[in-house]
Amino acid sequence: MTRPSLFSLTLALPLLIWQLAFFAVPLLFLIAISFWTVRNFQMMPDLNFGNWERILTRGTFWDAYARSAILATASTVLTSVIAFPAAYAISFKLSERVKQWVIFVLIIPFFTSYLVRIYALQVFLSDGGIINAALGMLGIGPFGMLNTTFGTLVGMVTLCLPLVILLQVFSLNFVNRDLVEAAHNLRCGRLRTVFSVIVPSARVGLVIAALFAFILSFGDFVSPLYLGGGNPPTLSILITDITKSGQQWPRAAVVALMMIGTLLTVAFAAITYAYKERGK
Amino acid sequence: MTGNDNRLINGALKLHIAVCVVFIFAPILGSFVFSLNSDRFPSLPLGHFSTEWYRLIWEDPFVWAGFLNTVLVGLIVAVIATVLGFGGAYTDFRYNFFGKNVYLALALLPPTIPVVIMGLAMLAFLSRVNLSGSAISIIIAHGVMCSPFAMAIIRLRLSQMDPDLEAASWNLGGNEWATLRHVIIPFTKPAIFAALFITMAVSFDEFAVAWFVSGLNETLPVKILGFLQGQVSPRINAIGSLAFLSSITLIILAQMLLRNSTKEKS
Repeated sequence: MTRPSLFSLTLALPLLIWQLAFFAVPLLFLIAISFWTVRNFQMMPDLNFGNWERILTRGTFWDAYARSAILATASTVLTSVIAFPAAYAISFKLSERVKQWVIFVLIIPFFTSYLVRIYALQVFLSDGGIINAALGMLGIGPFGMLNTTFGTLVGMVTLCLPLVILLQVFSLNFVNRDLVEAAHNLRCGRLRTVFSVIVPSARVGLVIAALFAFILSFGDFVSPLYLGGGNPPTLSILITDITKSGQQWPRAAVVALMMIGTLLTVAFAAITYAYKERGK
Repeated sequence: MTGNDNRLINGALKLHIAVCVVFIFAPILGSFVFSLNSDRFPSLPLGHFSTEWYRLIWEDPFVWAGFLNTVLVGLIVAVIATVLGFGGAYTDFRYNFFGKNVYLALALLPPTIPVVIMGLAMLAFLSRVNLSGSAISIIIAHGVMCSPFAMAIIRLRLSQMDPDLEAASWNLGGNEWATLRHVIIPFTKPAIFAALFITMAVSFDEFAVAWFVSGLNETLPVKILGFLQGQVSPRINAIGSLAFLSSITLIILAQMLLRNSTKEKS
């Protein structure tokens, strides 16, 4: 290999240095401070397992952990199930022109403030809000939707749905149309074609889409806080509480590391599952 | 699709797309409508038309300060992220080297880390090196989160480039720097501008990390978070609608640039 030229280094290094210094190092620093101690509101470098012990022996932490995991799983399943028929229709049933438009429309939400959307959802879901008022005109309700698990899930699905539909469309676009045609010619029923031809050949993309939904929902603190009521807390609320209410950053770091560990495990499992026996 | 077309099922599927779009856009359109409504707690039937909430934010010096911070941070972040992203995209396009996967992972992973964790890590680290609580801390954090987007956009444009173009320039005696200046930058210019606009839009709306690392230098989204925690105030809708309009303007500009550039190519 030749020595890298000044030119190539000038282009490659700034990004590398920036991401090392301000992305990799802060994440590694998180591991370090999880062993530090806090004295007189000051963090002291230390090698103390007290923070880990304190967090991991607390029932509150494990309750929050279970709650976050269940909420994220529910949101992942819900989002994937709602998204799939839409993605299928966009990929298979729309003309090229309409498809382009729908995709553009689905990109717009990424550039709207998530907070503002959640605030608007509060207005929709509250006891005297838009939905209950509309239901009231029909003589039904009112239903308590704000500060419930239902509220949290609505928020999470709003957050994940556009991304999941787009990723699913993207993977469905790569499904070989001849395979679908062949299945049809062999008198394979419509649903069976979807589940034994289309879903298996788009599996990688579908699993990756679900994985993103899980990552987004697991880390989201806005929906559980402002639509779910925030009490009892999820892991991300726990982090914001611990960080914002005092100097107990080492304990928050423990919670954050447990979250990263969980996400890495889930991501690894999902990717292994997505690619296993792919040649079959 | 041939043969296998059932009008009823196709209709139902298209209806499902429409329902999803309505579900996704209800809160976005809702906040527009609520921002122009006189009620503090909007419900059906809606109150009368009013620009009261816009007047309130117009007269609020804190909102102005937040707005200026947001724009300043957004502009600087856009330039930094685009420069870093350009370098990364070109490196990925042109070179193969040992550890390239690690390089790419480092460059592209930040958006997959939950924002609370990024926020905490940034806060802990930046306060250790005495950079927290300033606009600089937000710029640093947003630079990390936005450069992957810039890199992806520019990389996509580079993949449309005819690889012979570079070789031709070298054959004509242009060194690498001259080629970069006269061939590659002009070719990727639309993507560079698109990256500038999109990273600015991402920075405009990001609140969680900014909230963690900023002290008093609050950006507008952090301000919204403050409003949400305090009293219910439809001012959020007014700010949100304005922020949305500016973001969407940036996106449409970016989209137009990318559209035109693909047309030029074909």
